[in-house]
Amino acid sequence: MTEQPELIPTGDNRMLDEVVSDRKITWLERSLGTDNYRIVKGLFKTPASIVGFILILIFVLVAVFAPVIMPPVDKDPYKMPRDGYSGEPRGPGAEWNRKVPDMPFWYEPLTGKTEMTHVLGTTQGQYDILYGIVWGTRTAFKTGLLVVAVTVIIGVVLGSIAAYYGGWVDNVIMRITDIFMTLPYIMMALIFSAVLTPILGRSLWPPLIAMISFGWMGYARVIRSDILSIKERDFVLAAKVSGVKKNRILFKHVLPNAIFPTMVLASLGIGDVVLGFAALSFLGIGTEVGYADWGQILSFARNWITNLDRYSYIVLYPGLTLTLFVMGWNLVGDAMRDVLDPRMRGKS
Amino acid sequence: MTNYIIRRLLMVPILLIGVTLIIFGMLQLLGPVERSALYVKDFPKNDKQIQGIITRYGLDKPFLTQYGIWLFGVKDPVSGEREGGILYGDFGYSRTASQDVIDIVKNRFPNTVDLALWTVYPMLSVGIWLGVKAAVNQNKFIDQAARVYSIIGTSFPTFVFGLLLLMLLYAGPQYFMPGKMSDWVSQIIFAGEFKQYTHLLSIDALLNLRFDIFWDALRHMIMPILTLSYINWATYVRVTRSSMLETLRMDYVTTARAKGLSEQTVINQHARPNAMLPIVTMAGSSIVGLLGGVVITETVFNYPGIGKAAADAAANLDVVTVLGLAIFSGSILIVSNLIVDVVYAFIDPRVRLA
Repeated sequence: MTEQPELIPTGDNRMLDEVVSDRKITWLERSLGTDNYRIVKGLFKTPASIVGFILILIFVLVAVFAPVIMPPVDKDPYKMPRDGYSGEPRGPGAEWNRKVPDMPFWYEPLTGKTEMTHVLGTTQGQYDILYGIVWGTRTAFKTGLLVVAVTVIIGVVLGSIAAYYGGWVDNVIMRITDIFMTLPYIMMALIFSAVLTPILGRSLWPPLIAMISFGWMGYARVIRSDILSIKERDFVLAAKVSGVKKNRILFKHVLPNAIFPTMVLASLGIGDVVLGFAALSFLGIGTEVGYADWGQILSFARNWITNLDRYSYIVLYPGLTLTLFVMGWNLVGDAMRDVLDPRMRGKS
Repeated sequence: MTNYIIRRLLMVPILLIGVTLIIFGMLQLLGPVERSALYVKDFPKNDKQIQGIITRYGLDKPFLTQYGIWLFGVKDPVSGEREGGILYGDFGYSRTASQDVIDIVKNRFPNTVDLALWTVYPMLSVGIWLGVKAAVNQNKFIDQAARVYSIIGTSFPTFVFGLLLLMLLYAGPQYFMPGKMSDWVSQIIFAGEFKQYTHLLSIDALLNLRFDIFWDALRHMIMPILTLSYINWATYVRVTRSSMLETLRMDYVTTARAKGLSEQTVINQHARPNAMLPIVTMAGSSIVGLLGGVVITETVFNYPGIGKAAADAAANLDVVTVLGLAIFSGSILIVSNLIVDVVYAFIDPRVRLA
């Protein structure tokens, strides 16, 4: 019998023992895999990212309970109720005369009033700001989720084709990605929405399609590089050797292992999408007038810039809402970046 | 080096073709009748005229033929003059602005350049300064403050920040104004005593030694400059900080310290120049971004640049203008990206050898 080579040096092995034996593997880690578990753990590590999660949670609750927080008046709840037609905004606490919604549960205890008023005031055209903010949360999630879902699908399909087939396929797809990346995002989204609006009419769709068309490139790049590194792993080689078909290797072995970072990155992209959508609305592209949408409420303020000191509420409340929403996603995303970028690990 | 530049130059036509194809593809989503708007100045009186335009410019031909016509234009069979053709500078006629799109570019682009010119310095200097400060004082108060700021800064939507600035600095106190110049300045320019050497208002004012006009131009630009700097600072602080932290951990920095150099010298002479490499790329792309049209900032502050022109045309659904401006701004981006890449290759040899 040959002597077993010494794998673990003798001597003071306390640190090594800690690493090897004392690390408990929780059920979460077992089900996600070690790499993915590290990502999830990193997300909940810093106080900043926890604040971010709380902010996101609050917005989710507002979106889910929108009909309870602000009972709809019209048949279409996304249409902001119009209390008259006067152009001039009215301040917080102004009387609500026309199209008064049912009194929500929180109203009397919080304000102490028995008559419905515009809690945050009205904006130009007498749209209630609070109603717009509450229902706009739903619009935000709807647009964010849809755009992110579709861009991820496009990005993952293109990125994995490029990575897995390599060669000229890779070259062509990545050059197309480069070309799309050269173009300025907001400007192209704006332009494409303007082209689509006459065809599809004023609705959510033109800005959504435009943002999808110019938003997939990042995901294609990330998934491509992840697949390229997974492709070199031994288990892929093992699958190849045992004669598994190329497509099956891609879908059953490589993609499931490579997709997690992209998914996390994508879920955090919702903040950016909502920001872009609000910017397009602000520029006057997108939903019809009166649709509950933060960007549109803010765009009304454009006509009042000389008097913003008197009408500050038409900017402050919707602006704060949008900022907090984006900040929630950014706080989590910041933790995410530290986890995903190995160069930054443990440094910040 | 030459090799790298040639390789990079070869990419330019590919990018240009790609960008024009994307934009032309968008145009194809419209029907031939809508597309005829590219070539008409006044509203056509009857269907026959529209049909005439469609056959003349081949708007019902296959995609590639149309693309060719769109690029090179067509020769008038009678006079032999070229009509249309974006390669010859004919981007079409803007219905909403009642002028050729190329004239919009000529009028508006200098304003965008003017704004970019005055934004670059505050944007870079403050962002980098704060990032270096944060890295050098890692985990101390200034570092924490810089990190909090960079998160808040990236979350603040440009237009919300812009509206807040307008609320605080313009609406009540009138310290600074939106727009480009006061009425009295436009009267002076209109009267013709004011020589326009460069068409950049602030520079022209200096060349004419009219400091009152220069001050007026600055007063109109300060809010957009602040907005653009503010949103960029956040990113600069973060990137500078992490790059600087990485450099400070390198062995040569330790060597410099071991030699007994003062901390000041180590940071300013040894660490900072090398930490600046990623910042140079970023600076390049943000300057390019400033030239490509800052749509939102220009719109919030009513500043008449390329971005505002595009936003106005888009809001009025003037597709021809919008696409013309897109082509212009895309080409600007491609060319300036080329310049940035070449400059960067000069600075960092690793790039051209890769």
